[in-house]
Amino acid sequence: MRGKIWGCRGSLATPGPDTVRYGGNTSCVELRMRDDTLIILDAGTGLRPLGVKRAHSMPSRIHILLTHLHMDHLEGLGFFAPVWDPNIELHVWGPPSPTHSLGERIERYFSPPLFPVQLSDVPSRPVFHDADGAWEIGAARVSACSISHSGPTVGYRIEESGCALAYMPDHEPMRGKDPRTVEPEWLSGHEIAQGADILLHDSQYTAEEYEERVGWGHSSFEHVVAFGQVSAVERLIMFHHDPMHTDDELDKKLAYARTLWGGDGPENAYEGMEFEL
Amino acid sequence: MVRAEHKSLALILTRDLASNLATPLFIVDPEGTLVFYNEPAEAVLGKRYAEAGELSADDWSGAMFDPQDETGRTMRPREMPLGIALSEHRPAHGRMSITGLDGLRRTIEVTAFPLFARSNEVAGAVAIFWEDRGDAPE
Ligand SMILES: [Zn+2]
Ligand SMILES: [Zn+2]
Repeated sequence: MRGKIWGCRGSLATPGPDTVRYGGNTSCVELRMRDDTLIILDAGTGLRPLGVKRAHSMPSRIHILLTHLHMDHLEGLGFFAPVWDPNIELHVWGPPSPTHSLGERIERYFSPPLFPVQLSDVPSRPVFHDADGAWEIGAARVSACSISHSGPTVGYRIEESGCALAYMPDHEPMRGKDPRTVEPEWLSGHEIAQGADILLHDSQYTAEEYEERVGWGHSSFEHVVAFGQVSAVERLIMFHHDPMHTDDELDKKLAYARTLWGGDGPENAYEGMEFEL
Repeated sequence: MVRAEHKSLALILTRDLASNLATPLFIVDPEGTLVFYNEPAEAVLGKRYAEAGELSADDWSGAMFDPQDETGRTMRPREMPLGIALSEHRPAHGRMSITGLDGLRRTIEVTAFPLFARSNEVAGAVAIFWEDRGDAPE
């Protein structure tokens, strides 16, 4: 599979001169399987440029996998051109809830007064699915597992031809503790990340920032590196950059993460980053 | 690669809660296997969890703790609050006596409830309990 990052900023879109190199769009990752199946991870503001730049290679069936429904992972949906095309078959997957369907929960945002159009009037008539367990999408084997964030959230593992990508943009593996202090089977997200070729993972806070924000559902740099190592991943791509962190600060964060890792392992996600596995 | 048996998020967060409580808590998975009890529970059960480890439902509900009702009759697993919570998917409360792994007999009051995860399946059950030392205020 091939992948491209269209947005890796956390919490809030952050355009401007301080975020030019890593980008200001919120979570959105494009994955193409070998049979050309298109899977899009999250519908942050990066989804809009994806729709524009891929207009000529857009398949008629699109799968969007939402990790959760915080706005930074959802607000691009209404600005994704294929949503307005009646010839597109759009499948949207997201975390299950025992009380309201995924469509009902998304409609809270996708309806007036927060959005000008009702979800039921959208030409592509999206089909909503609970992301639970494991299933096939084209050539991909997808699994979803509840992970620790704030509110219902899943992590995704996408596998094809023996390679695996794990995606957990918003994740606090252990509240206030180093992920190495618990047995792996008790570690949130470990099942998704274990042995993955690429792990895209929350890396929102410095240690000092995390101290003040334990339980907010995000990771410190230290905890991401520890989580990546406990999960024995091949490549750790640090994702969901804090809106307050400038490009220069993210460079420093990367250097620090590599010191903790003991080598070149960790990388910083940036808008436009491509990968293959 | 052999994968370890990963616990569901509901169990992971329940253990996290238990680790931060001063009230004894005992957690079982959907099959009834004991997967964790916290430090306050260790004082009542007579052994550290790290030493006891995971125990099958047959083990913890049988001869190991020798559960008896208030008349001294041995309780079957499904009569115990935790057994009811797990098999009938409803909360249950009871008073019973058990023999701790330190050999001491103690009377406890137990409230147990099933844990339903997000997709509404049972992720396990929890028993919260108190030792009744007979010194409760009138
Ligand atoms: Zn987010
Ligand atoms: Zn979030």
